[in-house]
Amino acid sequence: MLDILGKRYIFFAISLLVIVPGLLILAINGLPLAIDFKGGSILELRFPSGNLPNTESVVNLYTELGFKEVQVQTAISANGQRDLLVIRSPFIDDETKIKIVETMRERFNAPDIVVNRFDSVGPVIAQQVTERAALAVAVAALAVVLYITYAFRGIPHAFRYGVCAIIAMIHDILVVFSLVGIGSIFFGWQMDSLFLTALLTVVGFSTQDKIVVFDRIRENSTIYRKLPFEKLANHSIVQTLQRSINTQLMTVEFMLLALALFGGVTLREFAVILLVGLFSGTYSSIFVAAPILVVWENQEWKTWFRRQATA
Amino acid sequence: MEQRHVNLILIAILLIAAIWIDLPQNPGIKIGNFEKRFETVLGLDLRGGMQVILSVPPEVSVTQQNLQDAAIILENRSNALGVSEVVFQTAGERIIVGEFPGATNAEDVINKIRQVGQLEFVDFGDTPFPEGTVIETDFGITESSTPESPNPESTPTATSTETSTPEATPEASPTPAPIRYHTVLTGRDLKSVGVSRDTLGRYVVDIEFTDEGARIFKEWTTQNVGKYLGIVLDKRVISSPVIREPITEGRAQIEGNFTSESANALAVQLRYGALPIPLNIEQIRVVGPTLGQDSLQKSLLAGVIGFIIVMLFMGIYYRLPGVVANMALLTYAAITFAIFKTIPVTLTLPGIAGFLLSTGSALDANILIFERLKEELRNGRNLRQALDLGWKRAWSSIRDSNISALITSAILFWFGSTFGASFVKGFALTLALGVMVSLFTALVVTRAFLETAVFDLFKDADKKPGWFGL
Repeated sequence: MLDILGKRYIFFAISLLVIVPGLLILAINGLPLAIDFKGGSILELRFPSGNLPNTESVVNLYTELGFKEVQVQTAISANGQRDLLVIRSPFIDDETKIKIVETMRERFNAPDIVVNRFDSVGPVIAQQVTERAALAVAVAALAVVLYITYAFRGIPHAFRYGVCAIIAMIHDILVVFSLVGIGSIFFGWQMDSLFLTALLTVVGFSTQDKIVVFDRIRENSTIYRKLPFEKLANHSIVQTLQRSINTQLMTVEFMLLALALFGGVTLREFAVILLVGLFSGTYSSIFVAAPILVVWENQEWKTWFRRQATA
Repeated sequence: MEQRHVNLILIAILLIAAIWIDLPQNPGIKIGNFEKRFETVLGLDLRGGMQVILSVPPEVSVTQQNLQDAAIILENRSNALGVSEVVFQTAGERIIVGEFPGATNAEDVINKIRQVGQLEFVDFGDTPFPEGTVIETDFGITESSTPESPNPESTPTATSTETSTPEATPEASPTPAPIRYHTVLTGRDLKSVGVSRDTLGRYVVDIEFTDEGARIFKEWTTQNVGKYLGIVLDKRVISSPVIREPITEGRAQIEGNFTSESANALAVQLRYGALPIPLNIEQIRVVGPTLGQDSLQKSLLAGVIGFIIVMLFMGIYYRLPGVVANMALLTYAAITFAIFKTIPVTLTLPGIAGFLLSTGSALDANILIFERLKEELRNGRNLRQALDLGWKRAWSSIRDSNISALITSAILFWFGSTFGASFVKGFALTLALGVMVSLFTALVVTRAFLETAVFDLFKDADKKPGWFGL
């Protein structure tokens, strides 16, 4: 039979390899928070003529109105033309926005500018949202552990299953953060409310996955009482492997892939984060959560700092 | 008749109802006074529009009633602008969320809703005006040139002291617009407003004036018995009560054909001609109509492509059960969409994503069951036993995993509703509804379909392991 648990330390290393680089980027650059969480404005303008003004003149315009820290990007709109201007700035109100658009119409000789999107979030609400978001993730995690501990109350060490699910969940959250860290460098990704939605979904589905594997362990532990725990867990993983691959890789990931490829710019980042996050959720139930259960059962940390006689 | 046949009939009825609701041109139901329309409600990100989040400054204390009243007043003001389907909702303790579908020109809307509602009691003389008439008053104009005390000589024509339009008399022009009517009192002179019932049980609005207001009111009513005293908000007539007798004790009652609701609505307007609480604009989101259209088309396309791939996979990998699961999946989609239209759930981009994800969850349940089914068949059970065991054994993991998904959705929903993050709310709602429907389809629909297929349609299925992917 496939021996997955025997190679558990290899899988732990793979996880670290994925998590560490992105987290390093985040540690150096700081979290790429979007305006939802730190306040500010995004103004997306379409210049139907395609004659985009240069970045400098836009920044100057903002500076004249007293706004610093303005970032200007160009983007490709739905019709394939590079005619979008995306301007990120500190919080501006509607009157200022109108003034800006009017000035641009005159100065850049573009009377047909269209406001495609305008998001503006004040600093107060942004701070509240951030606090609540952290709370929401924490509450979700706690609720899920409690539920798992309750659902597995019949078998020994039910609490361990909850804790392992949480460790694996933190693993998945870190993978998502790492991904965003890497994405922030290459694609200018930011953490916005949609990111938070994706994160919480990953948390929810990640647990769903752990439960399926744990459920099999629960069932098998009543059938094969004599089997060492490691064998039992390995057996359970192999049994649920087909389901994990089919559900996660074939169905959910197909849906998300379709969403990422065809779902338009707005949803792309969201879909990719879910894609990776949910994959990580499946991965971590097999290669993180169950192995940690075994590590815990064997109390392997006692041998970590000794020479391993039997590898 | 066996259980599966009963279930099959029930599913058929449910499915027909769902498909009927799903029809794009659904006429809705109308029985007597009960009317229900089934419409697909698209969120601002899909149809274009503006969302504004207003919040009460932290130093101001606020009650839930204040916030509700403010939302009602804002909604009334915006509706008066002619922007359709404007919705103002309270979110949490200090936030009001306004949504303006189709509006991209935020300046008008925001200026109008921000304006301070000015309540005036206006001398109408002998002519009552219908509700909604726009008039001009001398309030704010006379302040600089004439003393603020009311003019006891008010004439029925109520021409103001410094009117510059000599032809402006009620007789000369039927439209009241050019005439300036005299303002007797303003909202500042009110102390309290309430609703009660008179001895006949009719609803009346009670007003109590401040001391200064009471004095002016007493003087005016003594001299104007039988005349009309208009109640005007932002130059728009709310009601034109007649003065029956001099009112001396600083209290007045407005009678009219009020219902409980209309009396309370008037009281709210009187009490808070201006908004009861100061509000700051905290967040503005504008989505242009073309961007919304584009997102809608693309995500629908993505959904259709995803569905086709997944159904192909299920059919090829799981064979007969896979095909059956696909039929159950279509049933699931029809029912879920019907529920979205019935509630109605506002569909946003994340909402569509939530729906697609719950489709994954629906398939997960089927896959769990089919994997079990295959295992049991491999272990040599016959088809009937394997079917029973497949569902029985898969149940505990389906239950636990779905409950954890529901827990997460509930927390997301809570997060979304306290902050007016309506898209997070939309995602959580569609996900939760999808998960619940998927439980039903996996446990009841797939099973009824599969049993009918192997026991009624293809009775020799037991001898064809290839049909089950073995």
